[in-house]
Amino acid sequence: MKPDILERINGARAAKRRVALVRFLESHEQALVVEGETVSGSLGGDALAEVETALRQDRSRAVVLAAGRAFIQIFNPPLRLAIIGAVHISQALVEMAKLAGYEVTVIDPRGAFATSERFPGTHLDSDWPDEAMERFDPDRRSAIVALTHDPKLDDPALDVALRSEAFYIAALGSRRTHAGRRERLAALGHGEDRIARIHGPAGLDIGAVSPAEIAISVMAEMTAELRRSRA
Amino acid sequence: MDEDLLRTAEAWKQEGRKVAIATVVSTWGSSPRQAGSQLVVDDEGRMQGSVSGGCIEGAVIREARECMDGADPKLLAFGVSNEQAWDVGLACGGRVEVYVEALA
Repeated sequence: MKPDILERINGARAAKRRVALVRFLESHEQALVVEGETVSGSLGGDALAEVETALRQDRSRAVVLAAGRAFIQIFNPPLRLAIIGAVHISQALVEMAKLAGYEVTVIDPRGAFATSERFPGTHLDSDWPDEAMERFDPDRRSAIVALTHDPKLDDPALDVALRSEAFYIAALGSRRTHAGRRERLAALGHGEDRIARIHGPAGLDIGAVSPAEIAISVMAEMTAELRRSRA
Repeated sequence: MDEDLLRTAEAWKQEGRKVAIATVVSTWGSSPRQAGSQLVVDDEGRMQGSVSGGCIEGAVIREARECMDGADPKLLAFGVSNEQAWDVGLACGGRVEVYVEALA
């Protein structure tokens, strides 16, 4: 690999672009595709179609092209996670999600909770959750987890989340809390199917007790949904 | 933990080290690391990332050293059907192809 190709890959990734590197395994030629455009080397139409499929499925793979066998390595923009509530569980979940490659935003208008001391190096948004979520602008590579227990904060965020293509939406709270939440969201105009997208109570049932354990159960459920949906 | 291996590779190169990159390009059976997984090595024996659960890294690093010394990129195959199986084969019974190239 030429150093200038590597610099271009890293630059395009930093700019959150969809990048694919195509290595021909016999001729050792390489080509770089950024946002569907071949910016280095040359590729046929068959290669560009395979690049698009690999990006959509988020899976690097070896393919046989007219120009020979090749390996397509894809770099999608990072997964994103919005956490509503700068609470104790969030402190653990933030670190786990970062390790798993997510870009994390913590949303909480309560100044006492959302401090950089409690969340060092994490992007904090102290606006009201509906505005903060509009700004977060969830897409199909986004996850949203509401952890405040407070309908005033969780509901507006879930309202925005349900109108997006987010691959994982979850809210903390008992089954009874969740039943009340469903009714309130229905009153906001969300249909049954849409509300059913919310994982409530959040997380896999692994008997989690401590904040870190609950974060593990949420992280595990989020991973399962990601891999199921191939976001 | 910084898992951004290509950024590591760029940084090492800028420090003036020789660098090689190994990439899993295909797997069969129960290989531990999926296609696209990478191992970055330098000429002083430093390494980051992985291309298996640790079974074939030694052999890949030997080949990477040759690439850093000017050899062409190479496509390596490891697995139970490989004659090197006893030395460096995947204990899990999978097969894996690894592309090794110098950053040069």
